[in-house]
Amino acid sequence: MDLSTTYLGLQLKHPVVPSASPLSQTIDGIRRLEDAGASAVVMHSLFEEQIEGESHLLDHYLNVGVDSTAEALSYFPSMAHYNIGPDAYLEQVRAAKAAVSIPIIGSLNGVSTGGWVEYARYIQEAGADALELNIYFVPTDLHTSAVSVEERYLDIVRAVKSQVSIPVAVKVGPYFSSFANMALRLSKAGADGLVLFNRFYQPDLDLEQLIVTPNLVLSSSHELRLPLRWLAILHGRVPVDMALTSGVHTHEDVLKGLMAGAKVTMMASELLRNGIHRIGEVVEALEFWMEEHEYLSVAQMQGSMSQQNVAEPDAFERANYMKVLQSWRADPNSVLR
Amino acid sequence: MEREYITIDGNEAAAYVAYKTNEIIAIYPITPASTMGELADMWSAQGEKNLWGNVPHVIEMQSEAGAAGAVHGALQTGSLTTTFTASQGLLLMLPNMYKIAGELTSTVFHIAARSLAAQGLSIFGDHSDVMAARSTGWAMLFANSVQESMDCALISHSATLAARVPFLHIFDGFRTSHEINKVEKLGDDDIRALIDDSLVHAHRARGLTPDAPVIRGTAQNPDVYFQARETVNPYYLALPTIVQETMDKFAALTGRQYHLFDYVGAPDAERVIVIMGSGSETVAETINFLAEQGEKIGMVIVRLYRPFSTEHLLAALPATTKSIAVLDRTKEPGSAGEPLYLDVVTAIVEGFANGQAPFQNMPRIINGRYGLSSKEFTPAMVKAVFDELQKPLPKNHFTVGILDDVTHTSLSFDPNFDIEDPDTVRAIFWGLGSDGTVSANKNSIKIIGEETENFAQGYFVYDSKKSGARTISHLRFGPRPIRSPYLITRANFVAVHQFGFLQMYDVLDEAEAGAIFLLNAPYAADEVWMKLPHKVQEIIIRKKLRFYVIDALGVAQELGLGGRINTIMQTCFFAISGVLPRDEAIEQIKKSIRKSYGKRGEPVVQKNFAAVDATVGRLHEVTVPSEVTSTVEVAPAVSPLAPFFVQNVTAEMIAGRGDLLPVSALPNDGTYPSATSQWEKRNIAQEVPVWEEDLCIQCGKCVFVCPHAVIRAKVVTPEELANAPEGFKSSPARWREFPDQQYTLQVSVEDCTGCNLCVEVCPVKDKSSVGRKAINMEAQLPLREEGRKFWEYFESLPEHHNDAELKNNQVKNVQLLEPLFEFSGACAGCGETPYLKLISQLFGDRALIANATGCSSIYGGNLPTTPWSKNEQGRGPAWSNSLFEDNAEFGLGMRLTLDKQYETATMLVDSLRPQIGDALADALIANEQSDDNMIALQRQAVTELKEKLATIQEQAAQNLLSLADKLVKKTVWIVGGDGWAYDIGFGGLDHVIASGRDVNILVMDTEVYSNTGGQSSKATPQAAVAKFAAGGKSTAKKDLGLMAMSYGSVYVAQIAMGANDRHTLQAILEAEAYPGPSLIIAYSHCIAHGINMTKGLEQQALATQSGHWPLYRFDPRLADEGKNPFQLDSKDPSIPVQEYAYNENRYRILQQTNPVVAAQLMEAAQTTVNERWKKYSELASTKK
Repeated sequence: MDLSTTYLGLQLKHPVVPSASPLSQTIDGIRRLEDAGASAVVMHSLFEEQIEGESHLLDHYLNVGVDSTAEALSYFPSMAHYNIGPDAYLEQVRAAKAAVSIPIIGSLNGVSTGGWVEYARYIQEAGADALELNIYFVPTDLHTSAVSVEERYLDIVRAVKSQVSIPVAVKVGPYFSSFANMALRLSKAGADGLVLFNRFYQPDLDLEQLIVTPNLVLSSSHELRLPLRWLAILHGRVPVDMALTSGVHTHEDVLKGLMAGAKVTMMASELLRNGIHRIGEVVEALEFWMEEHEYLSVAQMQGSMSQQNVAEPDAFERANYMKVLQSWRADPNSVLR
Repeated sequence: MEREYITIDGNEAAAYVAYKTNEIIAIYPITPASTMGELADMWSAQGEKNLWGNVPHVIEMQSEAGAAGAVHGALQTGSLTTTFTASQGLLLMLPNMYKIAGELTSTVFHIAARSLAAQGLSIFGDHSDVMAARSTGWAMLFANSVQESMDCALISHSATLAARVPFLHIFDGFRTSHEINKVEKLGDDDIRALIDDSLVHAHRARGLTPDAPVIRGTAQNPDVYFQARETVNPYYLALPTIVQETMDKFAALTGRQYHLFDYVGAPDAERVIVIMGSGSETVAETINFLAEQGEKIGMVIVRLYRPFSTEHLLAALPATTKSIAVLDRTKEPGSAGEPLYLDVVTAIVEGFANGQAPFQNMPRIINGRYGLSSKEFTPAMVKAVFDELQKPLPKNHFTVGILDDVTHTSLSFDPNFDIEDPDTVRAIFWGLGSDGTVSANKNSIKIIGEETENFAQGYFVYDSKKSGARTISHLRFGPRPIRSPYLITRANFVAVHQFGFLQMYDVLDEAEAGAIFLLNAPYAADEVWMKLPHKVQEIIIRKKLRFYVIDALGVAQELGLGGRINTIMQTCFFAISGVLPRDEAIEQIKKSIRKSYGKRGEPVVQKNFAAVDATVGRLHEVTVPSEVTSTVEVAPAVSPLAPFFVQNVTAEMIAGRGDLLPVSALPNDGTYPSATSQWEKRNIAQEVPVWEEDLCIQCGKCVFVCPHAVIRAKVVTPEELANAPEGFKSSPARWREFPDQQYTLQVSVEDCTGCNLCVEVCPVKDKSSVGRKAINMEAQLPLREEGRKFWEYFESLPEHHNDAELKNNQVKNVQLLEPLFEFSGACAGCGETPYLKLISQLFGDRALIANATGCSSIYGGNLPTTPWSKNEQGRGPAWSNSLFEDNAEFGLGMRLTLDKQYETATMLVDSLRPQIGDALADALIANEQSDDNMIALQRQAVTELKEKLATIQEQAAQNLLSLADKLVKKTVWIVGGDGWAYDIGFGGLDHVIASGRDVNILVMDTEVYSNTGGQSSKATPQAAVAKFAAGGKSTAKKDLGLMAMSYGSVYVAQIAMGANDRHTLQAILEAEAYPGPSLIIAYSHCIAHGINMTKGLEQQALATQSGHWPLYRFDPRLADEGKNPFQLDSKDPSIPVQEYAYNENRYRILQQTNPVVAAQLMEAAQTTVNERWKKYSELASTKK
């Protein structure tokens, strides 16, 4: 049984990859993921805000009260070096590369084309095998048009690509007027891969405190459907490696992703909720399922149920909508419940 | 040899040599010497090596006495050991110093000489501390400039090894310790050349070791002590020669020749000044100037003061000397003369009698005092001294630099006498601490000093406030070395970085004709002129100033720099001063930005670069009209309603004219009126709270937490509000006790610091717009006039008097009590002051406050004003600060007096029963005064008693009259920070709580030495970074509360206002009511934590939720009732320690510098918290 796959030019022993999450925040954590059977690891993200913010924050607090009163010209000891934001991250990439033998995919998260994109190069120099560029932009400005939002995405991809020679996968959300077109343009801008999709954590309202609260809800399998649809639609039409993320919890989810067209499937919520041993279990179940269904390799099934390859391509299009609505009345377990 | 030129201050110059030449450094922070220890600690943390290739070990002790003890021990075992100190710190070392000298031990203590606390504490410079050490047997070598503090440090370290006599290496606090100047740096080779390793080995060999055991430190009897004391004489006789030889050797290396006594001036001088310290630089400059005019004057600089070499002094004086003025920078009241004078007189008289003196006739010798507490000592004053020496009967024991209109000691001088080098750029910058002006100027000095051929000097004057602190920078640059240790009085560049200063200070007084005036103003070049006060316009025109303006704050805000305009104003300075060509200046500024901020990350560098680039285009020269047209007048420093003393004395200090106050204006025993901060309207807040009466639930939390007592509430009748000005807000009072009355909450907008704590604590949210609270911040300026009017009216409304009407055990009710601690200069959002304010509300009218030195003694008692206030009956807290180390004992002394006086008074009442009547006597004696109502009754009874006593002529009656007020119960509050309670004052505190006496101790625990700039204390928590714990504090915070509880007889509480305000109130009430010692440990968030101060209360809550700061009370009275005295008042920890800690820079900084250790220490901190919580839980569940 050949479970191997290639993603961004990397040879992976199987298609189950832990996505960026707190699990990869420490070297120990990355080592454990490797031990649990991960075929590659996407590092936790280095955020644009982290690069800029930590620097400004440190500057702010080192300035407070300085040279203000005769008795206290400063409040903190002067340090030779501050390992702020990016420095610690880069050090971790270096250490991760040294600690494990599986590929390390760096992750950079930002929304502008500022100086932070240089850190793509630093991540490469630190030894990352590939880079995942996570663009997480919530356009709240009433005067920002859809066109300019799309241009911003493409500019960031071009800016990052100009910094590095390692492959770059772009992780985006699904909220584009024409995602297929956007995917193609991202590819043309230089993206070597697409990671579908970013989960936008939606804030919640606390009715007792009357405050807006950040609310991280772990995914469930039903969230798989949206990226699954777009994997299927884009497979074979946009020349990029695609990764499925969001809603991968079981070997069935992995199988669906692969069949829709994913090169790899990424897990986080499942591992956070049930433990990293789930990687091994899912891979084992995948293998078992493939044996049972007489598949020879992962490559064989990749894209086998993409829009191009299924009997009813319109199942992925609007017609499907009507069916779902009708099925909802009949089926209480419908996805729209 | 080619040597590097660096621009550093005197502290760094001395510390540099001390670090190179020592193995162990034991210190305790004290201004102005703290920096030396901090630098040594930093170098040690960075692995810098000394001359022998090892990294000196730096240890912070619990006090200077402790530092001296550790130094003594290290020396006695053969280490090269040093310390740094000043002032009272040096006094604490004296006992050890006698021993160290008596044992002929080589060491150098580096002293940034500072005033001693007498009628008042002063952190500034003079020689009163080192003069108190002159009998210890230590050699005393004075350095007079930044360069000399490096040079003489080395000469001291070299000579002490050869001489075996310990050295005090002394330079003037602030004037030299904090002056930045361009100096030639001694290299390792220089230092090595002067440190003889064979002498180091000999020093080591004298160390105690069981391999060759001896005893040292014996007790000696009358038979031999005297003789043994005389054994050291040869060492002292040899020492002057050793020092001179060392100086000669040093000169051969560096070209800088020093002598024990250096002569400067005309070879045939008739009038000579003898002086030591930085003042000699001023005298030298003045002599050079006057000598060119043919004056026959000179000066002897005393470098080696102890041992005092008569022979060398006589050799230094010209044979033509006719009169000598010996200038002392100290005061010994009651002495025949100041110490240097006595030594000089003795030497000359002896020399003359022995025929060793160079002159035919005995010269006249007079003595003068100058420069106490960093009082300016200028060429004009030097000239006044030389002029005095010319008089047939010159004044002896004079003062110079002040106006003494009481005993008429002072010499008058011409303030316009000026000898500034015309080639020197002289620039004055007025700024705020928070706007970065001083930091920018320090950079400018480095740029000019290190990147150009020019010489540079910088000196910085700070006011005594911690919020809205004003800074004045004095910078000189020029082609020749700058040796002018006095402030600039004729500036050719004046920059005012805060527009509001034009209203408050005479900022252009020092501008010379034709000078450049740079103003940061929120106005365009074509509109700024009409915004200037009338007086400022007049000066600009009269002095023909070239006037430039920039809206620096606007630029800073656009670029995300907040209020920090440093880079912008620095760029302006270089752009218009012409010190450097503009392009080169910009390049150098950017280079210096990278150097200063590079390690904080590229984004910070880029942000500052952007500020440089944005500045030049926004800087404009203003066309100055020929006529004064402004209608803006400068307001008086204080209101005309202020009392006489405030009008005539305090106001002058506020306006920066305190130097001109005559002796007669000042109290002679250090006693000052309280309730003066109300007159110092500082208007420092950009935004102030505005009350929404419709939303407010009148809970009083905003009043409770306000650190500056600017938010107050009153409940009054509608009739009392009849004359309220239009717009004055009130709403129906929500108290059952006050039906049909109105509640009003007011903000003193002119005293507010804009800290935002009130808004943060407000629990109300507008149901239609939840971001709006019942109190919200709005711009101050548009509210100022109206706010002033409303506040005046509010103050005229009757105060609530806490009698039986309301229970004061509810936060809501406490808001109605008048605070007797108001408008302090503490940091905006201070975590300490709300506790003091609360105590003042509850007990202020009968409280004595003993305040340990520290932040609270500075915002509590640093002139010009005090926040300690009084009520309309004239009662309020009586406050005093003794020392840092003795505060608990000081407060105990107050208690002893109160108890004794009460006892005497009751005895007298009893004895005067026939005259005053049994009813009154019984009422006075029987009243337990356990609540406010009973105390009010006692006051009435005392009033009645006094009326009766006034008519009785008996001695006992008059005696009782002088004690009658002591029959009213008083409360003693001993307050201070953790540096006092956990470290330097712990022994005393321990003794006081063990005494059983009724004192209340409030420890405002900021977990670090806040006042001296963030040094670690034993209250500093594990995993936090502080100075002297740069690698993160590895040991757990001392559990002071548990230690106190172990007595079983002490009321102990740990409180945090932000975690539980009701608990805070309850604990303070219980502590005061407890008839024995009480100890309250109060979490006090602090800027030294590196937190967003607006979230200070939230951090307190998190500290408690994490278990780092459990709330508890231990009340021995409960044990008497058979109950468990310990009550754990906070819930089980609900968040990990790191969730609280990593909101604070003090913890975060370790993650950024050493993440591995940070993780280990945080884990250890969590374990400590878990274990302590377990211990507390067990205590709380213990059945009595």
